[in-house]
Amino acid sequence: MGLPGVFFYLFSAVLLGSGLMVVAARNPVHSVLFLILAFVNAAALFLLLGAEFLALILIVVYVGAVAVLFLFVVMMLDVDFAELRQGFLHYLPTGALIGIVILCEVLIAIGGYVIAPDEIATVPVPTPGAISNTEAIGQLLYTRYLFYFQLAGLVLLVAMIGAIVLTLRHKEGVKRQSIAAQNARTPATAIEIKKVEPGRGI
Amino acid sequence: MAIGLGHYLGVAAILFTIGVFGILVNRKNVIIMLMSVELILLAVNLNFVAFSSFLQDLSGQIFALLILTVAAAEAAIGLAILVAFFRNRGSIAVEDINAMKG
Repeated sequence: MGLPGVFFYLFSAVLLGSGLMVVAARNPVHSVLFLILAFVNAAALFLLLGAEFLALILIVVYVGAVAVLFLFVVMMLDVDFAELRQGFLHYLPTGALIGIVILCEVLIAIGGYVIAPDEIATVPVPTPGAISNTEAIGQLLYTRYLFYFQLAGLVLLVAMIGAIVLTLRHKEGVKRQSIAAQNARTPATAIEIKKVEPGRGI
Repeated sequence: MAIGLGHYLGVAAILFTIGVFGILVNRKNVIIMLMSVELILLAVNLNFVAFSSFLQDLSGQIFALLILTVAAAEAAIGLAILVAFFRNRGSIAVEDINAMKG
């Protein structure tokens, strides 16, 4: 089996265990932390598969951005999570049954799966041997998949604008700076000249 | 016994099932449901990368990258909707969301 096999089983076991704990943990903060553990182990599996770029992107994007976003939201919302957990045991038998059925179906499908031998010989985009994984992805992403790359950027832009629009709110009673009003001021509206007579004051 | 494509597909299948199970069991907690969706997308990514590696075809990794993008966008939008909903209703229980009907 060798060392890669040992590491495969180690990372898979931790990945599946932490995935299960994401679902089953009582405290949502623990769920998020187990989610981070699952992502790190999935990144390790990607490394075993030779996809270094995706492995590191997984850590940067998921652990650095998505999981931290989840953590912020869990801590920001003042929710009684114990109340939300009610019904867990009620739904457990049905959920377990459906889960086992889906798992059996997928495993049967995988068990009957055979790669057609001539498919490997005629793959459209073979992995280049001389250059690194990152370089190969870059050469492919910016040429053949340029349209999809730009589309992904557009999806992220729409998501960013949508998230800002959904969560931004203007509170009443907060003094705000109005740059347009400031720039529109003239000496006529800003200052007033008074003639002060000697010894009288204003 | 060498680690083959079937091993990775099996791990991804179990992870996918855990995600579906999480959505079915945590019927009240939207945050856990969103995390389960992330687990499902991670399983799909694992499938793509495994096929990409064993078929020597780089397209799979490009698609995995696109799935990563969509997953990040989905998490951001989902959590933003959740925060907006919590501000309006003071709760994130799924049962309360049926007020949006019609």
